[in-house]
Amino acid sequence: MDRLQITSATTNSAALLDLPWRQPLAQWPSDVLAALPRGISRHVVRFVRLEGRVLAIKEISEHVAFDEYELLRQLRKLEIPSVRPIGVVTGRLSDDGTHLEAALVTEHLAFSLPYRSVFSQALRDETANRLIDALAVLLVRLHLAGFFWGDVSLSNTLFRRDAEQFAAYLVDAETGALHRELTRGQREYDLELARVNIIGELMDLAAGELLDEEVDEVAIGNSLVERYGELWEALTGVEAFHADERWRVAARIERLNELGFDVGELSITTDIDGTTVRIQPQVVDAGHHSRRLLKLTGLDVQDNQARRLLNDLDSFQAATERQEDDPQLVAHDWLQNVFYPTVRGVPRELRRKLEPAQLYHEILDHRWYISEQAGRDVPMSETVQSYVENVLQHRPDEKAILGLAPGEEPEEGPEADYFHYAAADPD
Amino acid sequence: MASVTYDHATRVYPGTERPAVDQLNLQVEDGEFLVLVGPSGCGKSTSLRMLAGLEDVNGGHIYIGDRDVTDVQPKDRDIAMVFQNYALYPHMSVADNMGFALKIAGTPKAEIRQRVEEAAKILDLTEYLDRKPKALSGGQRQRVAMGRAIVRQPQVFLMDEPLSNLDAKLRVQTRTQIASLQRRLGVTTVYVTHDQTEALTMGDRIAVLKDGLLQQVGTPREMYDTPANTFVAGFIGSPAMNIGTFEVKDGKAVVGHAAVPLERDVIGQLTDADGGKVVVGFRPESLDIAHDGAQDAFQVKVNLVEELGSDAFVYGELQSSDADLHSGSSDQVIVRIDPREVPMKGDTIHVTIKQGAEHVFSPATGARLSS
Repeated sequence: MDRLQITSATTNSAALLDLPWRQPLAQWPSDVLAALPRGISRHVVRFVRLEGRVLAIKEISEHVAFDEYELLRQLRKLEIPSVRPIGVVTGRLSDDGTHLEAALVTEHLAFSLPYRSVFSQALRDETANRLIDALAVLLVRLHLAGFFWGDVSLSNTLFRRDAEQFAAYLVDAETGALHRELTRGQREYDLELARVNIIGELMDLAAGELLDEEVDEVAIGNSLVERYGELWEALTGVEAFHADERWRVAARIERLNELGFDVGELSITTDIDGTTVRIQPQVVDAGHHSRRLLKLTGLDVQDNQARRLLNDLDSFQAATERQEDDPQLVAHDWLQNVFYPTVRGVPRELRRKLEPAQLYHEILDHRWYISEQAGRDVPMSETVQSYVENVLQHRPDEKAILGLAPGEEPEEGPEADYFHYAAADPD
Repeated sequence: MASVTYDHATRVYPGTERPAVDQLNLQVEDGEFLVLVGPSGCGKSTSLRMLAGLEDVNGGHIYIGDRDVTDVQPKDRDIAMVFQNYALYPHMSVADNMGFALKIAGTPKAEIRQRVEEAAKILDLTEYLDRKPKALSGGQRQRVAMGRAIVRQPQVFLMDEPLSNLDAKLRVQTRTQIASLQRRLGVTTVYVTHDQTEALTMGDRIAVLKDGLLQQVGTPREMYDTPANTFVAGFIGSPAMNIGTFEVKDGKAVVGHAAVPLERDVIGQLTDADGGKVVVGFRPESLDIAHDGAQDAFQVKVNLVEELGSDAFVYGELQSSDADLHSGSSDQVIVRIDPREVPMKGDTIHVTIKQGAEHVFSPATGARLSS
């Protein structure tokens, strides 16, 4: 006998039972929906709000749902930035007894931005480059982990602000597969698909008059291939040098740290007479700065945000002349006396528009900007006030940017293409 | 357009000893629709991905036409993985959705339009070319995705279980559409599926794989009528063939009361390794109802009758025998019967194999013995 079954490894998944699984997803009433997705998808997708979280639900055949669920779980274990899988719902029957397709449930990534949203907010070439950089980093990390994506595109990716950069997260693993190691052909295929898809997606924005006419879609797509190639070479390439240039070992590690990667294992070989040394990183892990910050302060943030906070921590240490002190003690003082007071200086109702680390990063930027204008060092408390008045209150709430509001019709003309910022959530 | 040749092509995954695809020799003719089919883990997808350039070839070669593509990167192979990239762009017209890859490649505008129009004609999309994809039905959108591959005019289409995400009804519809479209286009196509019905209905020829080894390649009719071994015999056909191991006695294959006469040259092909036994297979439709007490007939006790209107099938067990006689994964015997003369559950029916309709295999090797 068929019956509804929820397969999930998360603790509060029983709440999923409250959703109207006996109805096809496309017919769910608007009072349970947070938003409808935008664009044309090959599956029915809806966003719902449940116990303070936003969930994405996708109707899909049972075996594909389980495959994707398992794959997303494995990616999380490999610490690949990706959406969190919540569960698979199977055995769905409608009230008249017809079988309904299985559903994959994932948690919507808070503070994430779909690419259309980033691009439609005044695109500068720089923004495009940052998105491409973020996607290149994600693709390289996936490939290092042995993941073949099979459908790389901007729309299968979500972006989160990461200090002045973006960090990319995988949202759709339907066509993906984990291998022990990828062949060059698999990597090249993913890369070519990414290039073509990105250009297509940008051409689509251009057709909708959402993209500045100056933007060269093909050049942006090609730049992904270039950025990927540079990063892949930096992370995996063999470097050969004369035995008396051993400083190059440390230099390579520093360079990888600078790119945000830790070197877990480096192979060093010499030729028979020992005159030439060859080095090649064997194991690299992303998150160099975020791991360091986490160890010092307990703050768990993205890598470029961590880099920014670490720089601020360094300045704090220098300004207070505590270079000889235990770094963890200094970090604790910085956290209690600088970071938290600054973030708490922002009114609570505005604070939730951005992640705290991103808020702090923007306040630091703002301080630099107004200090230069004023020709003096503006103190933090004054900076926070100015930032809230002149910047933050005019910014959209980015905690849950989704698609269309329930009941809202997809717009007819391209000029009406805008993004719905979901109504304030209860928490 | 071009032929595709696997020449002793082998793929061994790192860290494994047994090849995922072992010395595959296969020639796909120019314009042919070849289906690779087999159970999960048989090497069919790996074979397709070797052709696509996604898997390394660790031994042997792969040719597209006369060109050795063994070490050529995927994008330089002039192939198209159909249905992989399926997202339609809402602001672009159907024509632009189909032609954008050509635009990226720098193809002149007039040529893009011409190729798009040709593809649209084949796909019945001409009147939609200047509309937005929102105006299309699900099936039409899928055809636009197909159109994307067509306008690129690749040498070979590759399809890896393209229907697995569709519901049963759309699957049957799309199956027919893809097959007829491929015949109209005449583009060499390699198609992977685990579903033998899909293989039988779509392919010009079918290649059955198991454990990385090619078992047999032939037309759907050849695969059905003369399976080369017990694996193909059991895999192709639905309901599955009845297959059992019988004693050889006095020129007959004997099981319980039943006996099947064997041709002399078949018996001559048996070896010591076969241990005086033979494997006999017969399809559910190859049986005649015999009168009670007919000599050498199989006595089948009816467990279930499946009535399909045009057909009816008896699922039953062989009486007075502990022989291993099964069909597919079930241990029952399946008999197609006249839907107007259906026995009751619990009845015993007597059946004999139509003359010459048996398939005989060696128990030792599984290979076909009958001609």
